[in-house]
Amino acid sequence: MTRKEIIGLILVPVAFIILAFLPSLPNSANLLSLAIPIAMFTVLATSWAIFSGPTHYISLATAAFYGVGAYTMATWLDVLPYPVILLIAAVIGAVFAAVVGFATLRLSGVYFVIFTLGLAEMTRQVFVWYQNNFGGTRGHYVFTDITEAQIYWQLLALGLLVYLVGWWIGRSRLGFAIRIIGADELVARHSGIHTARSKVLLFMVSGAFAAVVGVVMAPRFVYIEPAMAFNPQLSFLVAIMALLGGIHRLWGPLMGAIPFALVWEFIASNFPAQTILLMGIAFLVVVYYIPNGVAGVVEGWYHKLKAAGGEKHG
Amino acid sequence: MDKVALKTMDKPTVLEVREATKRFGGLVAVNQVSFDVREHEVIGLIGPNGSGKTTMMNLISGALKVSDGYIMMGDNLLSDMPERKIAQSGVARTFQLVRVLAGLSVLENVMAGAVFGHRKLWGKGLEVYAMRQLERVGLAAAANKPTSALTYIDQKRLELARALAADPKLILLDEWLAGLNPTELQTGIELIASLRDEGRTIILVEHVMDAIRSLCDRCVVMSSGIKIAEGTPAEVLSDKAVIKAYLGDDYE
Ligand SMILES: Nc1ncnc2c1ncn2[C@@H]1O[C@H](COP(=O)(O)OP(=O)(O)OP(=O)(O)O)[C@@H](O)[C@H]1O
Ligand SMILES: [Mg+2]
Repeated sequence: MTRKEIIGLILVPVAFIILAFLPSLPNSANLLSLAIPIAMFTVLATSWAIFSGPTHYISLATAAFYGVGAYTMATWLDVLPYPVILLIAAVIGAVFAAVVGFATLRLSGVYFVIFTLGLAEMTRQVFVWYQNNFGGTRGHYVFTDITEAQIYWQLLALGLLVYLVGWWIGRSRLGFAIRIIGADELVARHSGIHTARSKVLLFMVSGAFAAVVGVVMAPRFVYIEPAMAFNPQLSFLVAIMALLGGIHRLWGPLMGAIPFALVWEFIASNFPAQTILLMGIAFLVVVYYIPNGVAGVVEGWYHKLKAAGGEKHG
Repeated sequence: MDKVALKTMDKPTVLEVREATKRFGGLVAVNQVSFDVREHEVIGLIGPNGSGKTTMMNLISGALKVSDGYIMMGDNLLSDMPERKIAQSGVARTFQLVRVLAGLSVLENVMAGAVFGHRKLWGKGLEVYAMRQLERVGLAAAANKPTSALTYIDQKRLELARALAADPKLILLDEWLAGLNPTELQTGIELIASLRDEGRTIILVEHVMDAIRSLCDRCVVMSSGIKIAEGTPAEVLSDKAVIKAYLGDDYE
């Protein structure tokens, strides 16, 4: 382990512990209504980038996994203990991602994007169809005594977990394989790498996290119905935030999730009719003007500073 | 019988190419080509531009699948295996148009060859081992640089180091010596000779005649996808059909 890694392994958990005290601040209700979406998008965007960063596959399937998670919660809430539901959702998300992955990761870039977008829509239709024919009502009530603070803490814990998983993958053979695949897939195959399996494994990680986030967020909606659980807007927002923050670093998506979630809250409450338009514009701006994201910009500054410092001393 | 033939004649066959054919739509890039490669042999695959040499290499490494015929390595039907399995059974290659891994350091590029293939190293051992391959091709000083800092020739060196890192039984070199100046060429030839001396089997596609003469035990000559000659360098280079294929190509 390098010194940088050890510092990170200490600092990151400490930061999370400090953040955990937010609900005990005065006026915490308002703070939580901002902190929960930020935490949620950080988990979703970071796990999204664990897959999309090195592979360059842009997935718009987040809403599919998230929705499946929300429905897992709605379906088994009264039957199974909560931790078991979390576990089941993770497994379902991972298996769902594996099936989708093996079917689609052979597709090249654009087709993969379209397919994943279609997937979320198709999953929604399947749920609508099922509920119309077998489920009685369209939606489900999710009545729990889970508080906002508890949702926030769970998201924090997931955030910590996603960082640990990302860090662990980064130093594993799988992480190395996926970097080689990202650089040149033909060379990867010629080096003995099972490229499809490596990509699917990472896709499973992001699918599992999105499904678990769906479970955690479900109580906030109280009433769950397909259009809300499988809202494609979520997929787009996650992709935009991750790209805005920068997907070549584990901490990149956080840099995108914080500012964007704040701006988004503002837009959604002040210009509710223009959200889609503004989202589209944001997407274009991010892709055109900050291709390496905030993380890339920050690193650029850091290197300049270091170079300037080096000149002074040298 | 000359010394070269004596040296390898009774060695076991490593690679068996039988009526290998590759079609691209109407174009037959490799047309029923057959040849054997024996252990520790250096085989030159030569022929005019567009004669199907690179396609043949792609068939062996698995980058392309045969349309007809087969390729065996030992008891393995190579032509039926995915590239990764072929790599794991001890085949490594360089590419005519170099393919270094941008975004990875020079050392990491070499490490990439030794983790998932014929060799499965990791950790400190991997680093030391990869460093040794870099020393071998004369790139040790650039180990921690990004690949963008390398010249074209150094990128070719890097590719060879990555192939060597796999510790392959069979190495495929596609015009690896092309573009080197006379001094570099000499070093390059010595390097390839040293690979043979340590017991590897080599197939090289080459246009540099000096290299072919000094390195190859045997040559397979292709023209328009067909094998037109096979034999020692001296034999094939004085073969009428071969001379015609090369000159014809120049005058057309
Ligand atoms: N992927 C492909 N699709 C279609 N045609 C191809 C493909 N690869 C090669 N060819 C064609 O097959 C023929 C043989 O090409 P190949 O690259 O094997 O020749 P080569 O002997 O390596 O030539 P050079 O000496 O120029 O490298 C050429 O006519 C080429 O255009
Ligand atoms: Mg060629």
